[in-house]
Amino acid sequence: MPNLKDLKTRIASVKSTRKITKAMQMVAAAKLRRAQEAAEESRPYTERFNAVMAALAASVGDSEGAPKLLGGTGSDQVHLLIVMTAERGLCGGFNANIAKLAKQHAADLRARGKTVKVLTVGKKGRDAMKREWSDSFVGHVDLGAVKRVGYKDAQGIAQQVLNRFDAGEFDVATIFFSEFVNVVTQNPTARQIIPARVETDSGDAPGTVYDFEPDEEAILAELLPRGVATAIFSALLENGASEQGARMSAMDNATRNAGEMIDKLTIEFNRSRQAVITNELIEIISGAEAL
Amino acid sequence: MADTLQFDLVSPERSLASLAASAVLIPGAEGDMTVMPDHAPVITTLRPGVLRVESSEGTAEYVVTGGFAEIRAEATSVLAEKAIPLGEMTRAHVDEMIAEAREAHEAAKASGAPHNIVDDAAKLLADMAALGDHITV
Repeated sequence: MPNLKDLKTRIASVKSTRKITKAMQMVAAAKLRRAQEAAEESRPYTERFNAVMAALAASVGDSEGAPKLLGGTGSDQVHLLIVMTAERGLCGGFNANIAKLAKQHAADLRARGKTVKVLTVGKKGRDAMKREWSDSFVGHVDLGAVKRVGYKDAQGIAQQVLNRFDAGEFDVATIFFSEFVNVVTQNPTARQIIPARVETDSGDAPGTVYDFEPDEEAILAELLPRGVATAIFSALLENGASEQGARMSAMDNATRNAGEMIDKLTIEFNRSRQAVITNELIEIISGAEAL
Repeated sequence: MADTLQFDLVSPERSLASLAASAVLIPGAEGDMTVMPDHAPVITTLRPGVLRVESSEGTAEYVVTGGFAEIRAEATSVLAEKAIPLGEMTRAHVDEMIAEAREAHEAAKASGAPHNIVDDAAKLLADMAALGDHITV
């Protein structure tokens, strides 16, 4: 029979755990709201940007002179995987899911005889990828000190990626992040950013013929690097919202589990207490009878 | 002919303005231009400068750096990398931007990048400095 005192300490410890998970859940909920707002604020920019890119890409087309960032290097031998995860754990399967998708992708590419390079953003992703792919690591971006992700952070990452691209270190770059659907659903997503994939569905008013100032090539040359930064920025924001959402639901579960455990332990405690009392009574009665 | 056009000013971090404007002065890469309703469709890049929006509610000014503008007959969107309402602009902002441009220039020179990149950085620096002089006057 478990000791009464042990049970009591156990209950107290589960209770304090519940307090912590509850607090984490509430913090995550508050952060989620902010992260969601940030993600929504950036959406108009991304949408307009993609629309303009589509217009430009349509007019430049697949001509020979298309910039490498759009048309590719003509090879797809070396792949750069940019794995974006959180800096912290305790958010359910969030980090693991992104890492899993990235690993799968990497294994796939290797099986097809391609070279894989890995760039990680966020500590958790580095830890997860390190085990199997440490020899493919080319870099890591630490955002641990960043409280609120700004466009500048995305630009920093984009610059690093573009420098590597210009140096001919890779042909194709794909980012891995988690798309925020709602609090309980986050989709790990892979998106190719170099060469740029432009959606060419000409649903919106076809045939708007733009004048370009200076000219298409010059604008495209300026726009494409920015497109990389924009894609990374929106991925960072989606990730931020997803992380908080995942943490919120993970902590909600943890809080509920702790509550259930407390109930169970309390019942056990009460039963043991009753058993002890009954025992004592029997002892007293039989002692009295024996006299 | 409509006498206003839909104007949107967005930066990656937030959307700054969305209103019906009668005229928009855009600091284009190849010179300032004023956009009025029924303008021919143009896509242009921006140089650092002051963007002025005229609407029935008055005139609003924003400092924009980097980005581009998409102009259509009935709507104009400006996508700026950084956009700050002129009223919120301080000397510290300008100094920071100039310092950034200078850094980029130094980096471009040091890395031995092709000439045009160095020149671009130098131009950006000059634009920033001019912008600083302009708005403090």
